[in-house]
Amino acid sequence: MKPLDNAEAMAVVKESITQIIPDADFTQVEPDDKFRDVLELDSLDFLSLVELLSERTGIRIDEEDYPELTTLSAATRFLVARSQDSAGPAR
Amino acid sequence: MTEFTMPSLGADMDEGVLQEWLVGPGDRVRKGDVVAVVETDKAAIEVECFESGTVGQLLVPPGTRVPVGTPLAVIQGEGAPEEQARIAAEQGSPLAAETVAEVPHRERARAPKGAKSEQEPLAHDERPRSRRKAVRERKPVQEPVRTKSPKKSAGQPVRATGSLTHPPPQMSPEAESALGAGPLVRHLAALRGLDLTTLHGTGPGGRITRADVEHAQPPLAPRVRATPYARRLARDLGVDLAALRGTGDGGAVRAADVHTAVRARDGRHEPGGPAERRRDDEQHPHIAVPTDSGAEQRKDTMRRAIADLMSRSKREIPHYYLSTTIDLTAAGDWLRRINRGRPPADRLVPAALLLKAAAVAAQQVPTLNGYWQNDGFVPGPAVNLGVAVSLRQGGLLAPVIHGADTLPPDALMTILKDLVERARRGKLRGSEMTGATLTVTNLGDQGVETVFGVIHPPQVALVGFGAVVERPWAANGMLGVRPLVTATLAADHRATDGAVGARYLTAVDRLLQKPEEL
Repeated sequence: MKPLDNAEAMAVVKESITQIIPDADFTQVEPDDKFRDVLELDSLDFLSLVELLSERTGIRIDEEDYPELTTLSAATRFLVARSQDSAGPAR
Repeated sequence: MTEFTMPSLGADMDEGVLQEWLVGPGDRVRKGDVVAVVETDKAAIEVECFESGTVGQLLVPPGTRVPVGTPLAVIQGEGAPEEQARIAAEQGSPLAAETVAEVPHRERARAPKGAKSEQEPLAHDERPRSRRKAVRERKPVQEPVRTKSPKKSAGQPVRATGSLTHPPPQMSPEAESALGAGPLVRHLAALRGLDLTTLHGTGPGGRITRADVEHAQPPLAPRVRATPYARRLARDLGVDLAALRGTGDGGAVRAADVHTAVRARDGRHEPGGPAERRRDDEQHPHIAVPTDSGAEQRKDTMRRAIADLMSRSKREIPHYYLSTTIDLTAAGDWLRRINRGRPPADRLVPAALLLKAAAVAAQQVPTLNGYWQNDGFVPGPAVNLGVAVSLRQGGLLAPVIHGADTLPPDALMTILKDLVERARRGKLRGSEMTGATLTVTNLGDQGVETVFGVIHPPQVALVGFGAVVERPWAANGMLGVRPLVTATLAADHRATDGAVGARYLTAVDRLLQKPEEL
């Protein structure tokens, strides 16, 4: 899997959220807002999001990683970093 | 021969619109098959039939609003077409829609309150398939519905017509011979573009079952690039993936593409059709359902339905409220252990454990699990947990998890996910709307710590869970930071006293301390 850049990671996050909440309005969500609160994702929605992100990027996301997925910018950083880790030989 | 009647899909339902028939005269149906779609004030519900047999005459055309208990179709057991004819004659023409549609207003005025609440407890007969089978086979479940049927007031008796001998819906001879497949199976197959003759039936006598259709790969689908979600969506919405142009990576079909296709399709031939709209406009201007403002209308009618039920609850039920704070350290640790190493799709959320604890506690304190009717408490036959699901466009539904106390957390989680998803997409079944003996609301997901609920009549209690929050907590003489949840109980003081409620919340707490045993 090739490493993601910021724009790709952000796109994956937004598209995944849109699949769960089709009318999600990202103009309401600042990069550092807690998107779960703004977009009203409940715990089942959040689990679906984790499922989608992991399916689409191939990145393994554990429960310990959930705190990284609270804001759009943090989630993007997380995906970019992980995709580089797993693309490198260190895996 | 029995009548398939407008079912009661909740205590707050007086009438419903028969939106669509999924079967026609001559179709063979089996108990549990989805035969029609009924629109209530809250949602479109897929309604199952309660008898196996052959569909006789359809008594009510699509788009007709009728009171609960109104015969909608004749289901014929084995043979006896003469009887069917006789009944059809008594019922009046299926096209006497005008007369039938007027009935609700009179009916509503006449229907005694008691009649309504009696339906709810009886409705849970619709579930555990194995244990109740014997009982259910003998008595038509429709019988308990007490609302007066409009048959006496519904227009002139009309002679049995040729409609009785309607041939089954057009079908190729091969398909017919490949059959044994019921109408639902054919409907599903049609939705998926499957040729029944190419399927291998695994049912008795090579009969093609629903599972066969569901497991069959649509002929073109495997070669289509699509996201898993789009695939699921397409399947659920009956969209042919192969016919879509994907806008995703490498031309993969995305969910958005499926939605676009659905919009295009529904725009072309609107689900209700012009006939329905006209009828509604004439008789129920406030419930007309043209497609554009459909969502708005649904919101309005749902708001009214909730308003009615909640007003009734607060008018009739003397609520008392209890609250306790529960340490979720043990439950949290257990969940982490279980979820480690599981793919996201198989993970549990705390709500699954909370629901299980609420259900088991209800089984231990049975006086909170059941109904208040005719000035007395009637215990529920099982712990059927209503789960309040908030809809994104506003409003809420409370689909039911039957026998929740007997389900392992994994099963509960699977059912919960499925129910919530379908509640939000408007794809619930009749049996999933009825028979709740206790309701749980989990507003924790919206961030609040405490929720004091309003009881869903005729139930006698409502359990609330707030958000799981980290707070200072003293245990064993030490102060530490722990995950806590506030559990509340709103209960009917006519049915129980505070001591019973306290026992219930204590049981929930105790159960959550040993999550491995749940």
